[in-house]
Amino acid sequence: MKFLRNGSAKMFWNNFSFDPDKMERYLDIAQSSLLPLLEGAVVYTLPLTLITFVLGLALAILTALARISTIKPFQWIARIYVSAIRGTPLLVQLFILFYGLGSVGIVIDPFPAAVIGFSLNVGAYASEVIRASILSIPKGQWEAAQMMGMSYSQTLRRVILPQATRVSIPPLSNTFIGLVKDTSLASAILVTEMFRRAQEIAAFNYEVLLLYTEVAILYWIICFLLSLVQGRLERRFDRYVSR
Amino acid sequence: MISITGLHKQFGELEVLKGIDLQVNKGQVVVVIGPSGSGKTTLLRCLNILEVPTTGSITIENQTADFSKPVHKREIELFRRNSAMVFQNYNLFPHMTALQNVMEGPMIVKKMAKIEARKKAEKLLAKVGLGDKLDFYPHQLSGGQQQRVGIARALALEPKVMLFDEPTSALDPELVGEVLQVMKDLADEGITMVVVTHEMRFANDVADEVIFMDQGKVIERSKPIDMFTQPKEERTKQFLNLLQ
Repeated sequence: MKFLRNGSAKMFWNNFSFDPDKMERYLDIAQSSLLPLLEGAVVYTLPLTLITFVLGLALAILTALARISTIKPFQWIARIYVSAIRGTPLLVQLFILFYGLGSVGIVIDPFPAAVIGFSLNVGAYASEVIRASILSIPKGQWEAAQMMGMSYSQTLRRVILPQATRVSIPPLSNTFIGLVKDTSLASAILVTEMFRRAQEIAAFNYEVLLLYTEVAILYWIICFLLSLVQGRLERRFDRYVSR
Repeated sequence: MISITGLHKQFGELEVLKGIDLQVNKGQVVVVIGPSGSGKTTLLRCLNILEVPTTGSITIENQTADFSKPVHKREIELFRRNSAMVFQNYNLFPHMTALQNVMEGPMIVKKMAKIEARKKAEKLLAKVGLGDKLDFYPHQLSGGQQQRVGIARALALEPKVMLFDEPTSALDPELVGEVLQVMKDLADEGITMVVVTHEMRFANDVADEVIFMDQGKVIERSKPIDMFTQPKEERTKQFLNLLQ
């Protein structure tokens, strides 16, 4: 218990010692901040997550198809894109989009800048998931479709992508849940999403630990609910697979 | 009906088909036998252009694919409609029910209306003895049942020729019979069939002609009775002896 004798640890402890007045103040703050935080979630965090996931997924499918196409320039463009996005920090990408471009006169509002940044990010990461899922479908499935006279796009649409979807649900859910949490980075480019609201409230009343813990719990609840949705999706798509 | 001339297929350095010339008449059942690596499956896959031949030409009815010059994708897609293949591993679409598997070709490739495609699929599945399994997914069916769905799926395409690539090789022995019976029925209906198989009894009972292939060439071709009782070529004798 050496650390308790340490000064800062004692301070920490004192702060948490039971004091009815303090307790009441904590509850008050937790309660009064809940609504603004949830508003941040509903107005920014969740829309940002949903919009970027849909756009990112579309981009990811295109990128995955470009990667597996036989046309070399498509392959290169896709490779460079994925490599650049995966090889640079998301926060840096957001800063380039918002502050960087802004400094040379290309001004994008915070929310659209965040949408662009996160979509590009999801597109790159999810494209690898989708590519792997497509490649996991046995060659015989392509051949059966070809044998029937289906074109490449018919084969993809009717045979390959429906099966690849099932394979990609768990890893894509990972991407999605990661995205929910990553949107907190949008606070750095002035999007008043949930985490930025928490920062603003904490700056006002100095209850930093309380507010950041509260916002953490809210993220956790959202992600937990999403993982329930993932389970349902998996079960739905598993109906044609033997267990 | 089918006319193959000077067909070659090369995989890199390996020459799998070394000049195949072959005619199959309408309504004929031709069984191709031979040791593994003889090129018999490749020949069958070339008929559906699942493998693009290196050179040579294939004519089915009055449509010719000439591989001495590059063949366009669209041409390949159209030429494929002449034939339909039944695969060794069935290759059914696992995310579709038996009915949907059979409806898929008529609906998507032939643009048939859904109701008609459904009727057609129901009829074909009844024909292969699976009228009571319409809504089963492939994994809920036995291997023999899956392969019969595979046959119905191929028939739904209304091909001029049915191609069978070792259709019973992946089956448990007790399930082979039901698949062969369906094939026999098709032969009796006068459907043109090219069958690659190791089922010599089937070849003997059903084939109009048996072709023996070895090392990328057609070694011998004759009526089953002649092939199995008095083969002319030494290589054929060796192969048939090994089977007994």
